[in-house]
Amino acid sequence: MSILVYTESEEGKFKKIAFEAVSYAKGIADMMGTSVTAVSVNGGDSAQLGAYGASKVLEVSNDKLKEFNAEAYADMIAQAAKKEEAKVVVLTSSANCKFMAPLVAVNLEAGYVPNVTELPTGTAPFKVKHSVFTNKAFSNTEITTDVKVIGLAKNAFGVKENDTNVNTESFSPSLSDDDFSVNVLSVDKATDKVTIADAEIVVSGGRGLKGPENWGMLEELAATLGAATACSKPVSDMGWRPHSEHVGQTGKPVASNLYIAIGISGAIQHLAGINSSKVKVVINNDPEAPFFKAADYGIVGDAFEVVPQLTEKLKEFKAQNA
Amino acid sequence: MKILVCISHVPDTTSKINFTDGDTKFDTNGVQFVINPNDEFGLTRAMWFKEKQGATVHVANVGGPETEPTLRKALAIGADEAIRVNTAATDGYSVAKQLANVVKDGGYDLVIGGRESIDYNGGMVPGMISKLTGANFVNTCINLEIEGENVTAIREIDGGKETLKTTLPLVVGGQKGLVEESDLRIPNMRGIMQARSKPLHVKEAVEASAETQSVTFEKPAPKGAVKLVDSVDELVNLLHNEAKVI
Repeated sequence: MSILVYTESEEGKFKKIAFEAVSYAKGIADMMGTSVTAVSVNGGDSAQLGAYGASKVLEVSNDKLKEFNAEAYADMIAQAAKKEEAKVVVLTSSANCKFMAPLVAVNLEAGYVPNVTELPTGTAPFKVKHSVFTNKAFSNTEITTDVKVIGLAKNAFGVKENDTNVNTESFSPSLSDDDFSVNVLSVDKATDKVTIADAEIVVSGGRGLKGPENWGMLEELAATLGAATACSKPVSDMGWRPHSEHVGQTGKPVASNLYIAIGISGAIQHLAGINSSKVKVVINNDPEAPFFKAADYGIVGDAFEVVPQLTEKLKEFKAQNA
Repeated sequence: MKILVCISHVPDTTSKINFTDGDTKFDTNGVQFVINPNDEFGLTRAMWFKEKQGATVHVANVGGPETEPTLRKALAIGADEAIRVNTAATDGYSVAKQLANVVKDGGYDLVIGGRESIDYNGGMVPGMISKLTGANFVNTCINLEIEGENVTAIREIDGGKETLKTTLPLVVGGQKGLVEESDLRIPNMRGIMQARSKPLHVKEAVEASAETQSVTFEKPAPKGAVKLVDSVDELVNLLHNEAKVI
């Protein structure tokens, strides 16, 4: 019996969320008196996973799994879970994990809870807290099946070092043609930009920026902070920015450490999307903007004056603290 | 092509969220219920297939009679028939099992659900239906083209998008992008009148026990007041020394 965790990697390197997922799995393993087994697909150095609490890594090296394929990956994880007699399978909230999680759950006849924000409050019965109503509330949910699948919310648990001796084992899942009935034709990924999903800091703009031609100053601020850019719903509806940057209830949720909202009034749907962000800064010339009620820090002022000043100040700060 | 669109009956996006009975139940008092926005994008795309390529569009929902106005709205938008599975929607798995039964009985080529509902945000029903029915599955779908049995779909991934090729039967987890926001339809009077005479079948539920159960709900801790600052110097100082995020 163990806790199984899927560790995502890209181009042979583990992603930060992989370390967060292993840290979380170790937390559950300690509660249940067991150990953590990680599944790594064409991943990085397995010793890195040991640093966060994995004592065993199933290394999968398979050319057919070079590109993510939900059905095949779900079958692989279910087979690994059965082999390890795992009672809990930990996944993350990445787009790929959310794609395959329901398939893993059906494969394992396991109850699945996504967007989990904390370690279980108890393991018998097994109860977890997860965000619902697009971060406007939490539910404490009991999973009643023998095997449980957890989808860990991004940035909810953090990375915790836990030096563990790690054994590696190669693992070859048995996959059939049926696993490959959905195939990737092409991938269009912005490689030079920080994405909202991975970003620690997000700089977001609203209608207050008056037009797409004014996004340069926002992008410069984002570049200075190593941040991703985002926007409010009206901005994406008007086509100023792509849909993929739309943050909110029908757009993307943001769980960054710092969220800077510029010229966004703070509609309830937008606030729901950013509730999980830790620190929120609002820059708006309307002191009555509802976003100020949800923010930690605010500047009442003209974005066209404040943002360039902030960028310059941050550049100075970075130079001094480099 | 026979299409089933799965419709969740959810509180509208502006709803204030409260709980009753010792924080064990969602408080529906004063809450307006709507078609789940992600499902509405799917329904509109289904209407596009109906009008441009020829398709029959059914909608289905799991819930009590109180969800019927939401199904009637889908009929007013243009769906041909509606099916309500007469049982409470308890958890994602039990809902998926009921809808999978509808899919099997109806012989649908394409099933579209939202990538997630905006109430419980489970994001699991379309994927589970695909697994339970043996259909192919594409999640977070932002473009869908079908020619005969062949499907080309684009899905959103973290930091980009991916074009996929597959075949029918297919289950799609849809979202904004499947159609544009401006393409969403508001039912007109003619549609509303027609919807009254369209079939709304009530189907009895199959055995499907829940795998998860919400025990209690809680709301996020109240936030302290915003700290308004006069200068960017002060803001940078606070972000570094107090919030420790830069």
